[in-house]
Amino acid sequence: MSKVIEGLRYAESHEWVKVEGDIAVIGISDYAQHALGNIVYVDMPEVGDEVTAGEDFGAVESVKAASDLISPVSGEVVEINEELEDAPEAINADAYENWIMKVKMSDPSEVDALLDAAAYEKLCENE
Amino acid sequence: MEQECQKTCLHDRHVALGALMSPFAGFDMPIQYAGITEEHNAVRQHVGVFDVSHMGEVRVSGPDAYRFVSHIFVNDVTGAPDGQIFYGMMCYENGGTVDDLLVYKVNDEEYFLVINASNIDKDVAWIRQNAEGFDVKIEDQSPYYGEVAVQGPEAEAAMENILGIGVKDIPFYNFKTFDIDGEEVIVSRTGYTGEDGFEVYGSHDFTRKVWDKLMDGGVQPCGLGCRDTLRFEVGLPLYGDELSAEITPIEASLSMFVKLDKPEFIGKEALAAQKAEGVKRRIVGLELEGNAIPRHGYPVEVNGEQVGEVTTGYRSISTGKSVAMAMINKPYDKLGTEVEVRIRKKTFPAKVVKKRFYDKNYKK
Repeated sequence: MSKVIEGLRYAESHEWVKVEGDIAVIGISDYAQHALGNIVYVDMPEVGDEVTAGEDFGAVESVKAASDLISPVSGEVVEINEELEDAPEAINADAYENWIMKVKMSDPSEVDALLDAAAYEKLCENE
Repeated sequence: MEQECQKTCLHDRHVALGALMSPFAGFDMPIQYAGITEEHNAVRQHVGVFDVSHMGEVRVSGPDAYRFVSHIFVNDVTGAPDGQIFYGMMCYENGGTVDDLLVYKVNDEEYFLVINASNIDKDVAWIRQNAEGFDVKIEDQSPYYGEVAVQGPEAEAAMENILGIGVKDIPFYNFKTFDIDGEEVIVSRTGYTGEDGFEVYGSHDFTRKVWDKLMDGGVQPCGLGCRDTLRFEVGLPLYGDELSAEITPIEASLSMFVKLDKPEFIGKEALAAQKAEGVKRRIVGLELEGNAIPRHGYPVEVNGEQVGEVTTGYRSISTGKSVAMAMINKPYDKLGTEVEVRIRKKTFPAKVVKKRFYDKNYKK
């Protein structure tokens, strides 16, 4: 069973969001890391890049394939998790501890459209 | 899935082992069991076994068998001792590749052809269509044969000790037939991993027994995921990536298997002309700076202009480097040429290198 954490919000494309004021901390879910298998590379945006809700901002790659990362919110990238550059497999170890980027949201109400833990858990069960 | 997937004779074993299954070439095949990296390393360091029962087998026999095989195959089987195996291609008149295959010489009047699963119907039709005027019998034996590939430095020990099949005296690219439990079994010293290893062809029942014994003996089951990473690292082509109806063996940098001094074979004129005039593009290796991973279809650029595309790419499991095989236009195919690979929104510097990223470890 993949882990889902209460209090986070989730996109149908399997990214999670933790809201800290007007900052959204974004990563991929445990379900997603499990489906991907051994993660060998995370293609991250650069600090200062603009990201748009529903559009890709990078990719996470297993040995076999690349999988696009879709931003759940719009705004400016204010920090990326540089530790993932050398240790992308950390996401396999703990997908919620190892976030990918932090975004200063231009429209925090976009978070309301995301799934809560219960709804996301249901989505994973049906996939 | 609109088309129903075929199942190999080992399908139930894969499911019971908890393999990740996926459709490949019309078969529901295991992609991985323990994980691509673990399985890859098992083959490089010890031994692993693959279910390759999806591969096709065609037997060509009759008084004209030698002449016919020479006609459809670009490599030269002339004068070979019985039991020798040749790698090569069948080509169209225009030099494009029908398939790449192994030809097992049973004797001058009998050859056993091993072809790609994705091409069985097309190949069998092509072979039959070109057999007019030759006194040969062509049998598609794909439905009969199961096949496993036992690969890795400990493959010989696994064959001898776990399966009890004496393979020590089979040289590289040779085969022997064995009578086991009243059936004829083919064992060759061949594979698709760059390691020493064997391929074993027999009935479905026999193949299941072989698989079960290898599992009981502790041999790592390996899926198609690491089959691709292993063949890629040693620069072996995959039909559909480095070879196709649009790609000739010369363009695939496989001219060493095309014997233009043979009196005739299908595609000879086109391939000879291409060799003489020089190809406009060919398959090379690329090594990227940094960690980004090149994938099939990604553009290769010079000064912002596309000069080719990636045919296969990985983070090499054995070397840790981001490397690719790519089809590149001349003159950018020269060793050391600096190019860029477009990966999503960015480009990454890369350099043309030999398409062998890891040294083969054959027992010759």
